Amino acid sequence: MSIESPAKNWLHAPTGTERAWIGLALLWCIVLTLAMPYWHFKGKQNSTGEAYTVEPTRFADRVQQFVDSNKVGEVNGTPIAEPPPGGDAYLQAQMWRFYPVLQFKKGQTYRLHISSLDIQHGFAVLPINMNFQVLPGYDHVLTITPTMAGEFPILCNEFCGIGHHQMTGRIIVTE
Amino acid sequence: MSESNDPPVHWLERMLDNTWLLLALGVLIPAISYTLWGLLELANLKAATLP
Amino acid sequence: MTTLDPTVEGALPETEAAGRGNHPPGTFRVCATTGLTVDLAAEKFIKINAVFAVVFLLLGGIAALLLALTRWSAVHLLNAEWYYRMTTFHGLNMLILWILFMEIGILYFAATALLKSRLASVKAGWAGFACMAVGAIMLDAVILAGKADVMMTSYVPLRAHPTFYLAIILVAVGTLIGVINFLATVYIAKRDKTYSGSVPLVVFGAITAAIIAVSTLLHGAGIMIPTFLWSIDVIDHVDPAAYRLVWWGLGHQSQQVNVAAMVSVWYLLGTLTVGAKVLNQGVSRTAFLLYILFINLASAHHLLVDPGVSAGWKIWNTSYAMYLAVLASMIHGYTVPAAVEVALRKQGHTKGLFGWLGAAPWKNPGFSGFFLSLLIFGFIGGITGVTLGTEQINIIAHNTLRIPGHFHATVVGGTSLAFMALAYYVVPLIFRREFPLRWMCRAQPYVFAAGIVLMSLGMSFAGSYGVSRRSWDVEASGALHPVSYDPSVHVWLGVLGIGGSLAFVGLLMFVVPTVLAVFFGKRVEAKMPAW
Repeated sequence: MSIESPAKNWLHAPTGTERAWIGLALLWCIVLTLAMPYWHFKGKQNSTGEAYTVEPTRFADRVQQFVDSNKVGEVNGTPIAEPPPGGDAYLQAQMWRFYPVLQFKKGQTYRLHISSLDIQHGFAVLPINMNFQVLPGYDHVLTITPTMAGEFPILCNEFCGIGHHQMTGRIIVTE
Repeated sequence: MSESNDPPVHWLERMLDNTWLLLALGVLIPAISYTLWGLLELANLKAATLP
Repeated sequence: MTTLDPTVEGALPETEAAGRGNHPPGTFRVCATTGLTVDLAAEKFIKINAVFAVVFLLLGGIAALLLALTRWSAVHLLNAEWYYRMTTFHGLNMLILWILFMEIGILYFAATALLKSRLASVKAGWAGFACMAVGAIMLDAVILAGKADVMMTSYVPLRAHPTFYLAIILVAVGTLIGVINFLATVYIAKRDKTYSGSVPLVVFGAITAAIIAVSTLLHGAGIMIPTFLWSIDVIDHVDPAAYRLVWWGLGHQSQQVNVAAMVSVWYLLGTLTVGAKVLNQGVSRTAFLLYILFINLASAHHLLVDPGVSAGWKIWNTSYAMYLAVLASMIHGYTVPAAVEVALRKQGHTKGLFGWLGAAPWKNPGFSGFFLSLLIFGFIGGITGVTLGTEQINIIAHNTLRIPGHFHATVVGGTSLAFMALAYYVVPLIFRREFPLRWMCRAQPYVFAAGIVLMSLGMSFAGSYGVSRRSWDVEASGALHPVSYDPSVHVWLGVLGIGGSLAFVGLLMFVVPTVLAVFFGKRVEAKMPAW
């Protein structure tokens, strides 16, 4: 009975199918435990958490400087900025927009810096469905290599007030 | 508590019966592995250079 | 064969000749059905905690229906403001209030009735309950007043009215007082030798829940107190990354309290409904030990795509530790149904491999609720949880609807359903009232489980297309840059809406008979009527 006190010396090794089940479960847990670090080194899509502290105003200045020197066009009133291949790109999140629109070349690797000017936001790229957290005061650096050309909407997926569902942006990847 | 006549009780059974040891371990392990370690990493982040 | 279910012949345990623990005369009664010693003070607390729990379940459930009908694109009921307000309201009422009040009741029951002990302190019981009740009412009031549209997580620097943080602190302090009162009762029971040998397994599970709760509530105090001070401008900054780290020490660890409490309820209901015996005390208790030691580290999976914490921290805390906690759940997922099987086979249901399963008391909502809870938690909740808690998979799942798809299977289909199943025994045994509308009670676990499973699947599939959780308008109409999804997401959001509505019907089928029983039910004079 689960509601009665067992007498002393109740500890016994499991036997029979119970033992087999625990053995199998343990084995599976060990496989899973090793799989995550293995894939961290072997896989191509990881979250390293690379980040630096930054003042929001300083980040905003750097974004503007990036836009001014890399602007290649405009869409819906938002500037499009294209960093040099292998260069640094900057994206600012604020209530309720992403700024600027980023343009990348397929197959090139970039360091994408994301931070927020006000409260917490989410960075979700559709439809490939990649999601990262964006915090004010933290320069979150993602090393990215686009593998497909096309236009990718960005969506905020962290609640950020009444306009949350309208907070969008865009990434353009050219051949 | 003396148990001179009883057979020795397995260490794991004695541990499972010791609520206060379990409480200490249950609070300390996550406090160190999750909370302290995590906060230390956040506290030691470098300032951004924004190249 | 002994069982405590009076439906089974020869069920009643023989009257115990043993003493009645450390109870002074006149402070206890002996349960006619189970033979357990019920402490009258503890019984009062179990009753008021259960009543409050059900009130908040109903409030959270009404919010849930409104939310499901808003996410269902074809209905889209609420406006944006009330959608976000109700999301905050629903999360806190369900995940915090319904569950914490219920858990304090379960802890008091386990420490007194199962250990034959009096409650350590009646005053502390009242103090804890008063803090929780006042905090809970303040919390709901400030949210409904529109002063705290910040979600349950209330990530800084998004700011709510100071009352919001104060209310959460009050609820946490009240719960901590209750948990300490429970641990003190466990202590005096041992001191007064009210039981011999080790504590019963259900009490050990309750101790596990209490230990995890202590860690949870310390994290809660550690983050909500500075945040409260920030909200009244005493301190000028709370770091957003540190907030997330410590807050999830509250937000996720509290769900681990639920896991431990739910598993204890499974063991308890296995015994109450079919007379299941623990197969191996050592195995079950060691599995609980794995929860105590390791389950809390897994809170790190909320920060898998966060800036600041390193990959080493993320991988260590989620892989090594989470999988040991998963092992514990895999063990309980075997031992609980195996004990049911053994008990039913001993009662003569030996036909074939699964004859025992067909012969199980499926018309007893205490049994069907508990067994469905086990299946939903294990298969849907467990599998999605292990998947989403993987670093690389979390990148494609973080903050999408896949996340609520997971935790509605664990917390609602698992914990809430198990607690509802428990109520089918709490009301006749503790309130000593008979359930009216018994056909409704019998059907309730099935309706509720079907609704939750549908809703959880709808959420998970919509989320796998990238649909964000907590978004009022999936199509982001009017946004600067348009967003579009595979059109099939609207089918899945419809499944979410239908499932959510069905689950709400299942919730009413629980609340209505329970309220009728508690306030107008026929008094249970001797033994509880069989289910």
